[in-house]
Parts: sequence; structure tokens; C-alpha cells
Amino acid sequence: MFDLAFYILAVLILGSALMVVTLRNIFHCALFLVLCMFSIAGIYILLEAEFIAAVQVLIYVGAVTILMIFAVMLTHQLTGKTIRQVNDQPIAALFIISSLLVLTLLALSKTTWEVASSSGVSPSATELGRALMTVYVLPFEVVSVVLLVALVGAIVISRGD
Amino acid sequence: MTLYHYLILSAILFVIGMYGLLTRRNAVGVLMSIELMFNAANINFVAFSKFITPNEFIGQIFSIFVITIAAAEAAVGLAIVLLIYRNYKGIEVDNINFMKW
Repeated sequence: MFDLAFYILAVLILGSALMVVTLRNIFHCALFLVLCMFSIAGIYILLEAEFIAAVQVLIYVGAVTILMIFAVMLTHQLTGKTIRQVNDQPIAALFIISSLLVLTLLALSKTTWEVASSSGVSPSATELGRALMTVYVLPFEVVSVVLLVALVGAIVISRGD
Repeated sequence: MTLYHYLILSAILFVIGMYGLLTRRNAVGVLMSIELMFNAANINFVAFSKFITPNEFIGQIFSIFVITIAAAEAAVGLAIVLLIYRNYKGIEVDNINFMKW
């Protein structure tokens, strides 16, 4: 049951990711990105990370891809475009990514991980929030300042004169 | 499902994102490929958290930070894309070389 769900989600993720990087119409790419992010949320649920799955749906599906669609609509004339979308390096890119994939899989097959046995309880959102507010409170505050600076910077950059 | 299944899935997703990063001409397409690579890293984090440290879930906390930084990156990146489009009437990254000298 879990195996079947994993393979269906994996096919969805990889297929839609291929569509994202190869389709000519950039708007369709954004829509396939939504499908890809949604399937990744399913993978998180399989990994017993329900809170991360909810955050994934809220932030990636809800915010980031909508931002992408807005950018596509603001920068392109949606009708009648015949612009080439791919540069002239696909052969070199294929060589680089296939060698990287082979190296990664070799490293994976040579490594033995110490898989720990789970205690059967998956961490709840309560425990995640408690950990963020006690042990990891310094990186939490730093990342919130980073987010604030980035948002103010985005407004200042895109506002123009 | 073992850890290897998730790691292989995320490795393939990462190289797909890298292919898009290397071959796209449209700056928005480049940003989408970067999001794919972020998500591959996140799958790794959550899978390690489930299989290696199941009782401390460090990987889940780190993936929350990754998602936050990815959102900030998308906001700033798209703002820069809009600014370049306004000034240069195009966002093809192989035409944008005004920082080269």
C-alpha cells in the first residue's frame, strides 16, 4: 500500500519536474510546478512529517508558484510568442547532470547508513513548535529577520522610481 | 520503503532541476528550476530525519528553515526579474550581461 503510493507519487514528481524544465510555454511550466509541489507534500506525509506537508502546500503551492505565475504574466505577452526557451548548451548540460547523477548514486551505494529504529510516535506539530521555541530559538529568530529583510528588499527593488 | 528509495528520488529530482537551471533562457524558468532543487534537498532532510534520527526530528526543523529561505529567495529573485524586464524589455539570461566588463 505504502509502496504503491510512493511509486505513484515518484512518477508524478519526476514527470511534472521534467515538464517544468522542458516545456516551451513558461506558463504551463508554472502549472506543472504546482503539481510537482503537491506530490512532494504527499511524499512528506508518507515520511510522517505532516506539519512539513502542510507548510509545503501553504508556502510552495499557495505562495511561491502564485508569485511565479504573477511574474510570468507581468513579463510576457501571453499570446503569439515564438521566443526560443532553451539556450544552446543542452548537450553539455546533459553530460554534467548525468555524471553528477552517476557520482551521487555511486556514493549512495557505497555508504551504509545507521538506520535507527523508530519509537513508533511521529513528531507532532506541538513538539516541533516547542523545539523551535527552545533549542532552536536563535536560528528561528535569525531566519525571521532574514525573511523580513528579503521582503522589504523585494518591495524596494520592484517599486521603481 | 527504505531510505535509499527516497534518496534516489531526490537525487533524480535534483539533477532535473539542475538541467533546467543550465538550459533555460527565461529567468523565471531558472527560478523554477532552483525551487525544484530546493525541494530535492528538503526531501533528503525529511527522509534522514525519519530514518536516522526518528526521535529528535532535526531534519524536519532544518527543512522549515530551508522553506523559509526559499520563499525569501523567490520574492527577491522575482523582484529583480521584474526590474530587469522594466529596464531591458526582456528576461533572457543570455542577453543580460550588463554586469560583465
